[in-house]
Amino acid sequence: MEQVLELKNIHYAYHNLEGETPALSDISFALGTGEFVAIVGPSGCGKSTLLSLIAGLLVPEKGLIKINGKYLRESTTNVGYMLQHDELFEWRTVYNNVILGLEIQHMLTARTREKAHELLDFYGLKRFEKARPSELSGGMRQRAALIRTLVLDPDLLLLDEPFSALDYQTRLTVGDDIGQIIRQEKKAALLVTHDLSEAISLADRVIILSGRPATIKQTIPLIFDLDEDTPLARRNSPEFKTYFNLIWKELNTDE
Amino acid sequence: MSNLSKEQYRYLLCVKKHKRIVRVSRILILLSFLFIWEFTANAGIIDSFIFSSPSKIALCFWGMLLDKSIFLHLGITLYETVISFLLVIITSILAAVALWFSARLSEILDPYLVVLNSLPKSALAPLLIVWLGATRTTIIVAGMSVAIFGSILNLYTSFTTVDPGKIKLVYTLRGTKYQALTKVVLPSSVPAIISNMKVNIGLCLVGVIIGEFLAARNGLGYLIIYSSQVFKMDWLLMSIVLLCIMATMLYSLINLLEKWCMHRF
Repeated sequence: MEQVLELKNIHYAYHNLEGETPALSDISFALGTGEFVAIVGPSGCGKSTLLSLIAGLLVPEKGLIKINGKYLRESTTNVGYMLQHDELFEWRTVYNNVILGLEIQHMLTARTREKAHELLDFYGLKRFEKARPSELSGGMRQRAALIRTLVLDPDLLLLDEPFSALDYQTRLTVGDDIGQIIRQEKKAALLVTHDLSEAISLADRVIILSGRPATIKQTIPLIFDLDEDTPLARRNSPEFKTYFNLIWKELNTDE
Repeated sequence: MSNLSKEQYRYLLCVKKHKRIVRVSRILILLSFLFIWEFTANAGIIDSFIFSSPSKIALCFWGMLLDKSIFLHLGITLYETVISFLLVIITSILAAVALWFSARLSEILDPYLVVLNSLPKSALAPLLIVWLGATRTTIIVAGMSVAIFGSILNLYTSFTTVDPGKIKLVYTLRGTKYQALTKVVLPSSVPAIISNMKVNIGLCLVGVIIGEFLAARNGLGYLIIYSSQVFKMDWLLMSIVLLCIMATMLYSLINLLEKWCMHRF
């Protein structure tokens, strides 16, 4: 399988005047094309740091990151990043929010504009193109935020607890919804979450991190025997509970 | 209107009544003030030489309207205020942007800005006259000096309190710091910039009047200081009334600008 993302022996620590806080220690894993991996771990273990490193917002102190076989610094591949909040700009219309990335990367052409319109249409936001973000529901806002990343045609999507700001009911539907969209678009995705059921219902594989400094405790592949592998079907399957207990136990054992 | 319930109708009446009382009371206060002033001055209860009277002020205004000298004074003060206001806005936005770009620069300059901001700027006016001469430039600079440092500090604070998540978003989209400025910091600071303008237009007017007190041969500030020296109280009080009107008009212009911006931001 072709590797979209490869991490080797990543170390990272935060520094301040009082001293050094190691966040990540010797993290190595890889992601294949179209693979959906979830990372779970105790809160504050450095999950978000990992995503910032892959997005190039931080530079690892040790180790290397490759995207599509190229070192991160030389890579021109777009990495999509969905933050905890949708961060839609109220002073722009929904359409203008969606094309923000294209604007920043000087990629606004007739073709990419057309693509933005198509995605908005396809994911049911066509009516709201000229609306302000505040007129959208929480779920629709997350969709708009996802389209903003998808329109840049990223090979890899980073999801930093993108549903955590939503209320529980919306979170379930939006999580399933966004998961389906990512599968439809055949993007590799790395989801960071503290919600185990979200991880199990969406991912192909779950990576469990230890507390600070985070190391990889275990990787659990998720295999479901389902005719139609949707997040909802997964939640209702017998394997779901087994995986849940397995990961829960793994998270709560100290070595 | 027919589908209104009795209670709703009564509520609406109440609101209407309240508004009418407010409006009428405002006008009554002004009219009775003017009337008492006029009456007591005419009846000799107050000395109209010192306190003037509404009719004298109006006559004085009419006279200056006829010989057109009032337009010169009003125009000059307005011109100086607007120029110094525009210069303050432009310079302080540029300076705040520079400080935002370099956290180090802002840390280095911070104590200087704080000192300059807390200095009573009217103390600088005599210095400016010596350095720049009794010219219009001096008055514009005096107007600027009152507002500029506070304006820089306010804008810089509002720039640094922009939602860090939105700035992070720009970086995740592979944007540069310059793009974070143009796509996030400036547009989200528009309300702060406008409320900053509201403060500055008043401060610039204060600075310009101080400047005109000391270094002018025309303008409302000059008119005030000159008429007080020659005891032409009609002139003095008329100038103050005109100054009130001018300040209100400038402020409402910015209110209009704000309303227009509200649709876009």
